[in-house]
Amino acid sequence: MRRNLVIGAALSFVVLMAAVVSLAWTPYDHSVLNIPNRMQLPSFEHWLGTDHFGRDIASMIMVGARTSISVALIAVGIGLIVGVPLGLIAAAYDGSMLDELIMRANDLIFAFPSLIIAILITAVLGPSAVNAIIAIGIFNIPVFARVTRGGALALWEQDFILAARVAGKSTLQISCEHILPNVANLLLVQGTIQFSLGILAEAGLSYVGLGAQPPTPSWGRMLADAQTMVGLAPHLALIPGIAIILSVLGLNQFGDGLRDVLDPKLRKS
Amino acid sequence: MLLYLIKRLVSLGCSLVAASLVIFLVIEVAPGDPAQFMLGVNAEPETVAALKSELGLDVPKWTRYFNWISGMLVGDFGTSYTYRTPVIEMILDRLAVSLPLAGYALLLSTLIAFPAGVIAASRHGRLGDAAVMVATQFGIAIPNFWFAMILVLIFAVNLPFFSAGGFVGWDKGFWAGVHSLTLPAIALALPQAAILARVMRSSLLEILNQDFMRTARAKGLSQRQTLWRHGLRNALIPVLTIIGLQFSFLIAGGIIIEQVFFLPGLGRLVFQAISSRDLIVVEAVVMLLVFVVIVVNFLVDLAYAIADPRLRHRT
Repeated sequence: MRRNLVIGAALSFVVLMAAVVSLAWTPYDHSVLNIPNRMQLPSFEHWLGTDHFGRDIASMIMVGARTSISVALIAVGIGLIVGVPLGLIAAAYDGSMLDELIMRANDLIFAFPSLIIAILITAVLGPSAVNAIIAIGIFNIPVFARVTRGGALALWEQDFILAARVAGKSTLQISCEHILPNVANLLLVQGTIQFSLGILAEAGLSYVGLGAQPPTPSWGRMLADAQTMVGLAPHLALIPGIAIILSVLGLNQFGDGLRDVLDPKLRKS
Repeated sequence: MLLYLIKRLVSLGCSLVAASLVIFLVIEVAPGDPAQFMLGVNAEPETVAALKSELGLDVPKWTRYFNWISGMLVGDFGTSYTYRTPVIEMILDRLAVSLPLAGYALLLSTLIAFPAGVIAASRHGRLGDAAVMVATQFGIAIPNFWFAMILVLIFAVNLPFFSAGGFVGWDKGFWAGVHSLTLPAIALALPQAAILARVMRSSLLEILNQDFMRTARAKGLSQRQTLWRHGLRNALIPVLTIIGLQFSFLIAGGIIIEQVFFLPGLGRLVFQAISSRDLIVVEAVVMLLVFVVIVVNFLVDLAYAIADPRLRHRT
């Protein structure tokens, strides 16, 4: 069995479970302040210690996982829903004005890093977690469009597509019935990568105050809060950071493992 | 080559116009009237109207767009709504921090990534390779602003080597400036170095399997000699592309890192402008950053075409 797939799946599962379990149960209420009990080191009562307001860090990390995962996941969804059809269309009409238009629009979006999109949206609408989702989602669109187009272009050359053509299927039918299922593997791998990038981006955006707003816990904001106290209580900064690193590392490993398993060319070597 | 250059220049121009339109239109839908905002809710309508005409806000939308664009072409980015100073001066002031930071980080990431990539490729499948690959996995997964906080904790709080933040200013001397940008640059360079090392490694590995490398070995060069004389030079093209592409990530990443170290760069400027609703500054900074990204990509394409003549005929 592939080691990176197993390690990646295990890490991703742990993070996912933390988020799912937090819906029903957390060790403490993540929002309850307990000032006399503040900045405690990890102990039996508080597994990961308490923050500067005496809130239980383990509970905040669990709820924060929920924020990170939902933001990154919805952003991947936006990228898929908009990007994949664009990529399919561009490949089906390869070399046409439509293809050119779609790809140039993609290039244009590529010139806007998600942080810049978030800055623009926030300037207009004010900060919120939704802005982070939109910003990361827009950033994902050209990524999925390119992957889809690249994979689909190679497929259009193949004989079974010609056969479908001869059988009288329309471009739309071929794209949906034959091209899409065959690029699904590529999209799955790319989706995992964008998911992990989304978690990093969400942390960065909420760290600078463009993402989730109080009282919604998020790993990025926990780090922003910890910054001024990093000398007094290093665990406030260490723990959310480790949570981010483990999730991203897990998803990246999972993605690498998936690619190895799904790509027959790599499997042989 | 000339035809290629003309085509690329036209497409560069189109991208810049499209990007500026997007930015202008997004800022345009922002609620609120800047003149009203500057003068407060109790201002007389005549005063507001006078200020609007002074700021050039009383003309139709498209006239304003063309004024904005033609102003930028001659270095006039308008006047800040809150500070009443020319935006270009504020930006130049902040660029004196942001640009050196990005350059410093680029230099560091290259200095780390090159040897790491060469070591990994030349010891492919052995311990050195595995160590570099594990390190790059972590380098990619670690958020740079968290790494920055850890650097502060170690080298500024516990050890007295650096200050925890702030910028001394270039007037305190070149090395003092460099010293206060060192921790931020290291933090910014880390993920870039990880990506670059991986590209360097895979690019070298691909070259090492080529026929001309075998020929070089067959004519009697050692493994090391073929790597340095023939491999490295050929592996550099994709690496240079990535370095170019990363410059835009360095600038965006720099905005976040500036927050960790309280550096008075473009990032601070744009966040202050957002909270004070100084949209003309936001608009100018965003346009500048997108301009840099587009132009750097253009230059990378161009460098690529110079290095590899086959690419000139593709588009």
